[in-house]
Amino acid sequence: MTVATGDSLVCPGGPLLLRGCGTYTDEDGFEYPVDRPVVAVCRCGFSNRLPWCDSTHKRLPPDKRPD
Amino acid sequence: METMSATRATALPGPRGPLSEQVMGALRRDPARLTPTRPPGATEEDAALTLWVLHELSYRGFGDVSPEAEWEPSVLALRRHLQRDLEARLRSRWPGHEFSTETFADDLMAFIEADDGPSVASYVHTQATVEQVLELLRWRSIYHLREADPSTWTLPRLTNAPKAALAELQYDEYGSGRPDRLHAHLFAQAMEALGLSTRHGDYLDECPLEVLEMNNVMTLFGLDGRLRGASMGHLAAFEVTSSVPSSRLVQGLTRLGMAPEIIEYYAEHVVADSVHDQIAVRLICAALAADEPDQAEDIFFGAFTCLDQEARFARAILGRWGVAA
Repeated sequence: MTVATGDSLVCPGGPLLLRGCGTYTDEDGFEYPVDRPVVAVCRCGFSNRLPWCDSTHKRLPPDKRPD
Repeated sequence: METMSATRATALPGPRGPLSEQVMGALRRDPARLTPTRPPGATEEDAALTLWVLHELSYRGFGDVSPEAEWEPSVLALRRHLQRDLEARLRSRWPGHEFSTETFADDLMAFIEADDGPSVASYVHTQATVEQVLELLRWRSIYHLREADPSTWTLPRLTNAPKAALAELQYDEYGSGRPDRLHAHLFAQAMEALGLSTRHGDYLDECPLEVLEMNNVMTLFGLDGRLRGASMGHLAAFEVTSSVPSSRLVQGLTRLGMAPEIIEYYAEHVVADSVHDQIAVRLICAALAADEPDQAEDIFFGAFTCLDQEARFARAILGRWGVAA
């Protein structure tokens, strides 16, 4: 995972927030355009809109949610 | 889009009792001569409609009311009276909630996520008809055609950290500089695609008390700087409870074969509000509570009130459709 510029915030039980990225590149090297000031990257792995968070983590039992 | 009626002035709605009739008459003729009292016999719905009309003067106003009315002392006196009444009722519904200042963000997130109010989205997902969805959208249009505006009032009332975070959230709501991506505009485009009016307030006359009140709550919390904590708590609850229901609405509207514009509107909220909820809870509310500890309780009060208002809305519309809520 690489980020061009910006800040990041790990949200307990939820996504990773990234601010000010031009693009986001995932662990497999796929590059995604970023068109909003802050994006939420999925950390639970169950999103239907990967790499972005779609709040699926809210429906998971506590032990399946990321730390 | 030049033809879109969203830019045309809102029309005064029909009255719902002696108070709203008297107030709208005075607004049309001479706002300075408005009597700032609530006559006997004014129902809750009559008062809520009147407050909605008076609040509207601080947004874009009405085509047939002088813009002078916004700051007319007699208008402000009546507005204040009705706002106090509303706030007292909201506070009487708030049971209170224990939280820790050390784990404020996680406590607030858990409090909102524990909400188990009735879900309109779940019904739309699997069972609603096109007619029912259109009714839902007409009721929702009172807010969505001016989406994000009430929280903007709070911006200058905040300290640096929550202010920067709210500005970031609102920038995204307002299209990040692109008018065609403004959320209220996306909703107007969807309304147009569905053959509905895009002029703000055109469906107010068919909206029940619950719709009037939920809109009054957002404006009250936004306009009154004293209630900045409640305003941001309300925003947090709204955002946290948006993404999952928006996913269900996407699936329900797809099931019904509805216009792509309205499906795209809710799809946008699945992703956007998965960002906004974290910003609202962790970067706005927690920062506000840290900078101004006396606002912490009101943040929870605002969050509760949002969930409570949404539950009342859900019971109203599901009840109208004959669905047990």
